[in-house]
Amino acid sequence: MDNLTIEGSAKTPTVEFKTEGVLLLKGRSIPENSIEFYKPILDWIGNYGNNVKDTTEVNIQLEYFNTSSSKCILDVFKKLETLSGTNITINWFYEEDDEDMLEAGEDYQAIIDIPFKMIEVEEL
Amino acid sequence: MEQNNIILSFKGAITSELLTSVLQIMEAKMDDLNESTKTKRKVFNVLVECLQNLYHHIDDFEVTGSAEEISKKKSAVFLISRNDGFYRVVTGNFLLDENVPKLTDRIDLINSMDRSELNAFYKSVLNNGEMSAKGGGGLGFIDIAKKSKQKLEYNFEKVDDVHSFFTLIVKIEQL
Repeated sequence: MDNLTIEGSAKTPTVEFKTEGVLLLKGRSIPENSIEFYKPILDWIGNYGNNVKDTTEVNIQLEYFNTSSSKCILDVFKKLETLSGTNITINWFYEEDDEDMLEAGEDYQAIIDIPFKMIEVEEL
Repeated sequence: MEQNNIILSFKGAITSELLTSVLQIMEAKMDDLNESTKTKRKVFNVLVECLQNLYHHIDDFEVTGSAEEISKKKSAVFLISRNDGFYRVVTGNFLLDENVPKLTDRIDLINSMDRSELNAFYKSVLNNGEMSAKGGGGLGFIDIAKKSKQKLEYNFEKVDDVHSFFTLIVKIEQL
């Protein structure tokens, strides 16, 4: 299988999902129709499930996401939850004093059965 | 509202391209006004949700009649202003009367909640497994209330036999 690379745009994030087990979602996720955008991402995770590495590192570095994306992001985490044979960590990055983004990460953490690391950075 | 407090206003058809431009303009304006990062984030978030609400719900009903009539009912308005320490995002759109009670109940319920109730409600809707064909999931108003930290102001005005005009006003405090 191949890496999944999608260049970011004004409304969609940069996606760099590498077969070596490092997955990055970075930027803004505010498309009007997020289902369409997240479909290839979910499909890729499904394929990765057949070729997992010992560890999988998921880096979420989102500056903004809309409510249309929030359910899709939950679906990404739920899909990751189904993977077996790999130790997954989700690193949730947020800018200092962005309490809304920290809170959003904590909401996912409460729902998803994968360890989350909350990482505060000066700027995303 | 004083004319000079208005940062941006629009009336017409809501397209994806329009929303991209409006968001870009508002980010540049807030930079020019030297707003804090916190204020910029809050206003941007609320703006995205409010404008995408208009975008998604403009096609919820069929309009018959003259081309002018159709174009009018499919139009929406929005206005962004800044005054007395608050940003205000005002949106207006036509909808079918039959949707008024449901929308009223939804907003009243959200307005009745305190912060922890809103957070719990958000989490339960996030995880309810329901998704509309357009990718919305019933989180919009909850998110707007959470991020703005203000009660949502709204109004319905009857315009003809079957339609009403819905106005939503969201205030965001400058931080």
